[in-house]
Amino acid sequence: MGKRRELPEINAGSMADIAFLLLIFFLVTTTMDVDSGISRKLPPMPEENIETPEIHKRNIFVVLINKNNKVLCGIGSPKNMVEIDGNGTISSSLKEDVKEFVSNNGRNENSSENPEKAVVSLQNQEGTSYNMYIQVQNELTKAYNELRDVKANIDYGKDFDKLEVEEQKIVKKFYPMKVSEAETKAN
Amino acid sequence: MSKFKKGGGKSMPAISTASLPDIVFMLLFFFMVTTVMRETTLKVDVKSPEATEVKKMEKKSLVSYIYIGSPTKTQQSTFGTKARIQLNDVTFSRKEVGEIQNFINAERLAKDESEIPYMTTSIKADENVTMGIVTDVKQELRKVNALKINYSTRKSKEKN
Repeated sequence: MGKRRELPEINAGSMADIAFLLLIFFLVTTTMDVDSGISRKLPPMPEENIETPEIHKRNIFVVLINKNNKVLCGIGSPKNMVEIDGNGTISSSLKEDVKEFVSNNGRNENSSENPEKAVVSLQNQEGTSYNMYIQVQNELTKAYNELRDVKANIDYGKDFDKLEVEEQKIVKKFYPMKVSEAETKAN
Repeated sequence: MSKFKKGGGKSMPAISTASLPDIVFMLLFFFMVTTVMRETTLKVDVKSPEATEVKKMEKKSLVSYIYIGSPTKTQQSTFGTKARIQLNDVTFSRKEVGEIQNFINAERLAKDESEIPYMTTSIKADENVTMGIVTDVKQELRKVNALKINYSTRKSKEKN
């Protein structure tokens, strides 16, 4: 064998094209959906033979969504109608009522004794639409978030979101979110 | 008049494209790493309702999903249009809601025992379903003591 032939260099010019192709594939298939939602905790199944403790009427704020998606609310029993406009937006009076009820602190005899005892009972019927249910849940969450924001601003001079985890826990303890989701009433 | 075609002028050196593959590869790796491939194909239509007070879900590996909605077009010939519950790749009618217990137990077996208390169930229900089926699902979850739930919603703009 005589002189070794020099190996020709591999042309890397098309490397970019190949990489682009792969890049575009991943760009198209990527779904960047962030899961978000409203978190709740369900009550544990009631154990048999154990009486559930009675809660005084003044400490329960009942919100009822009936099968026609009408919302009724009130302390002790759902007696007031909540207005809903054509777009399905719930009037802010529901939120204000909840805030007033939770932060009553015994001032009004017919409203809650303190935020810790205040329970919001959310009831729905078989035919209630899920959308309406979520809208009401949203309003309830908003009421509590606003109360916590007020408390955080008084105590720490910051919004609730900007507090440290420990501070958030203290504020949460002051305004514990007690939303009871009762079983669907028949009909 | 040829202002631009001046012969003999200094010609611009060609910009080197040698680093182009590197840049593209960098982008490619970014997308490859961040991509999450959908594990389940949806057999029910789910359009989540909108809400403003949403929170991001943490620890995605500890979340089990329950989809509720009416069957997609291709499934309608078999299952009709009544709302169904999808767990993994199988759909169930409202009467078979008890399957949720098996589903949750299977999910728990796949996880470490110490992680079980932190497991969350995400309910992804269509905005048009009625609460009846959702309540049934919630009851089943209570029975297996899977109490942490999350109603999946889309974030909407603040409306007043």
